[in-house]
Amino acid sequence: MKKKQQTVFASLATALAISCFTAATGAASGPDISHFKLQNGMEVVVIPDRRTPVVTHMVWYRVGAADEAPGKSGIAHFLEHLMFKGTEKNPAGRFSQTLATIGGQENAFTASDYTGYFQRVTRDRLQMVMEFEADRMTGLKLTDEAVLPERNVVLEEQNSRVANSPSAKLGEEIQAALYLNHPYGRPVIGWRHEIEKLDRKDAIDFYNRWYTPNNAVLVVAGDVTADEVKKLAEETYGKIAPRAEIGPRIRPQEPEQRSVRSVTFADPRVTQPSLQRSYLVPSAATGKTGESEALEVLSQILGSGSNSRLYSKLVVEKPLATSIGAWYQGTALDWTRFGVYGTPRNEVTLKELEEAMDAVIQEVADKGVTNEELERCKIKLVADVVYAQDSQATMARWYGGALTTGLTVDSLKTWPDRVEKVSADDVQAAARQWLDKRRSVTGYLVKGPAKPEERRS
Amino acid sequence: MILLRKAPLGFAGVALTAALLAASPVQAMTKIERVVSPGGIEAWLVREPSVPLIAMQFAFKGGTSQDPEGKPGVAYMSASALDEGAGDLDSKAFQQRMERNAVELSFTANRDDFRGSLKVLSARKDVGFDLLKLALTQPRFDSEPVERIRAQMLTALKRETTSPNDIGARLWWRTAFPDHPYGRPTNGTLESVPGIQRDDLTAFTGRVLARDNLKIGVVGDIDAAELGVVLDRIFGSLPAKAGLRNVPDVRLASVGKTLQVELDVPQTVVSFGGVGIPRKDPDYIPAFIVNHILGGGSFSSRLYREVREKRGLAYSVYSYLLPLDSTSLFMGGTQTRTDKSQETVGLIEDEIKRLALSGPSEEELDKAKSYLRGSYALNFDTSTKIAAQLVQLQVDELGIDYWERRNGLIDAVTLEDVRRVAKRLLEGGVLTTVVGRAQPIPAKQGG
Repeated sequence: MKKKQQTVFASLATALAISCFTAATGAASGPDISHFKLQNGMEVVVIPDRRTPVVTHMVWYRVGAADEAPGKSGIAHFLEHLMFKGTEKNPAGRFSQTLATIGGQENAFTASDYTGYFQRVTRDRLQMVMEFEADRMTGLKLTDEAVLPERNVVLEEQNSRVANSPSAKLGEEIQAALYLNHPYGRPVIGWRHEIEKLDRKDAIDFYNRWYTPNNAVLVVAGDVTADEVKKLAEETYGKIAPRAEIGPRIRPQEPEQRSVRSVTFADPRVTQPSLQRSYLVPSAATGKTGESEALEVLSQILGSGSNSRLYSKLVVEKPLATSIGAWYQGTALDWTRFGVYGTPRNEVTLKELEEAMDAVIQEVADKGVTNEELERCKIKLVADVVYAQDSQATMARWYGGALTTGLTVDSLKTWPDRVEKVSADDVQAAARQWLDKRRSVTGYLVKGPAKPEERRS
Repeated sequence: MILLRKAPLGFAGVALTAALLAASPVQAMTKIERVVSPGGIEAWLVREPSVPLIAMQFAFKGGTSQDPEGKPGVAYMSASALDEGAGDLDSKAFQQRMERNAVELSFTANRDDFRGSLKVLSARKDVGFDLLKLALTQPRFDSEPVERIRAQMLTALKRETTSPNDIGARLWWRTAFPDHPYGRPTNGTLESVPGIQRDDLTAFTGRVLARDNLKIGVVGDIDAAELGVVLDRIFGSLPAKAGLRNVPDVRLASVGKTLQVELDVPQTVVSFGGVGIPRKDPDYIPAFIVNHILGGGSFSSRLYREVREKRGLAYSVYSYLLPLDSTSLFMGGTQTRTDKSQETVGLIEDEIKRLALSGPSEEELDKAKSYLRGSYALNFDTSTKIAAQLVQLQVDELGIDYWERRNGLIDAVTLEDVRRVAKRLLEGGVLTTVVGRAQPIPAKQGG
């Protein structure tokens, strides 16, 4: 149990405030980050950190679960698993075996807007992992023998992450209810009945459509220079011809939202009811100037840590809840979510807690935040940037995440100044405009009999 | 939501870094200085001025196994309450001062030790040091934060009663160590937590937070002379000697048993554990290699290949070594579909037996050694990771030159060593817990 609530999702503010530290303190300058494009359209970001002879190498594709065709939910994530099944040049297992032999670490991840692959190796192995990763950008070979057991692995992953966890199940239902039209409503892992039917052809079709250098971002952080990376990238990724046209990423957008919605999920394993609410709000990519920055600051002041409004009022001063908080997922290509959540104390009902949370939110909308809160929040954001500089892997994740969700390196550079400009009025305006229940779904997790499982063919 | 291809190993990862410190491609960041303060407090320091922060980690011997008889949860609650007010700062004032100065401070209680972590910006380091000193030496344990933390612990404990992972883990430890502190839940019980008093917290911290059971690791923008002064300032007023109760050595009970708990969940959770090898035993490094081959942290272990890659029975399957002060364990687990849970358990048992019987191949050994040598530098890329390792080196009494010696120890392991140690480690069998729906029809073995 952790008593302080953390923002659930990587926060844009912390993610992008790379030079915020400089702006605010005039102290250390942070790493000298390079950004360029190869001739085939692949973008490259280099983040030097020369302290240890290790590099983090990541390739991000600008494709995720929100780019899936209807009926094929889960294919982006399933393909990510299948990317480890070998190519013509490097048959199944060779890449992982090689990493396992040299002592490299590897993994991959999928989200709504991006899919990424990474390795962490000593600097002398960088060229080798770039050769392997470049090879599987277009050379994947799949057989049913590899695909079918892996589909079972994904189904077990769905069991572990969602089916075995009532609160994760509720989270899925809220997201599905919030998005009336946009594919963000689908779970990244997919709906189980659709995952069960995904096959080799689905994976290869998706791969051929989206995995191409002109849809990829290379991020290398660690003990390297931009010149070294540029040379290696040209020799590896640079040789791959683009194989698909990638147009603008246009997904079905949300209509104006007008109704207060709620979902209730009952499970016999619920020991303490809880509630979660998501509001539809602008992201860094879709917001007008200053909107996303204000929402980030608002989420911090409202619900991040034990000094936040929600925690100090409803856990400490008037103890109605055991846990409570707020979060904002700023990095998203399309309209995103701002969330609040809470678990009431034993003797408190969900309704009582929800009303109290609404009152705290309303107070921010009516009366705004104090300068003291604003200042504390900015100090924290600045410090997060310095702390992030201590981890090459964190820096690589921030940049990759930003560049695959509609942001540019320039927007990263100016972002800290924009956050510095957020005023108490901006925060209040954001609360007023966006924390409107008519653009939200509230989910209740309660104890109750389970719905009998349907047997589908 | 972000999905990873392979679940992080949780505890397994901790065991890995704890056990596998250093190699030598780590020159730049890893020159360790032994710093002894004017007052006689020792810390190990890696100076790294290029990022303006200081990471300090420390461990007091004496963790949840020091909980008073009948009151599991005291150490855990102490750790949660330590940064909730100290000296003349109440909880709110303390927390606000932390945030306003970007001080990151936290405490955790493990079975054998009580650990702390401080991260501060160089520009605000003095505030961080002073808050840490206050928390360690003058914790208030006011009733507001204590009651709040109690309510939070009870909510979590209630949740555990329907969580297959927690049910399995609790049953495993209770069965493995029935009359020993290790058998008690580290975060207490629904019966014990309501009865924990402020006096229990005061008594616990008074006994455990002392100077003679303290190990400190520091990384960052601070030199030895300044650190010496800082050490006295933070830790100097702690009592010279801890008042630890003896925790007797104990051996895992009920090896060979499989315990089944019926729970209506879509996926069955399996935990297993056998007798391990002590950290100081000369066989520890060979055992570490054996574990790496069986179920360690890469995509190439035998369990990963057989259970996940070939048959798709699970998303996550792993094993790790867990050397504790009073016993040594070899642990593992998986989550699998209910209709195949017997097959999965059977497969894991078969793999353990097969490795015990015939040992690893020459090729597996070479690959494992190569992995462990190469991956070693990856443990040195953040200040916090290095500080944690500096503490672990001292806790395990491996010596300040261990990072230079460690790859040599790996290299020296022979095929004969791993075959012998595979037998020693794996032949004894395991205690297994299985939590999930009952299987309607016994599944076929193997497959």
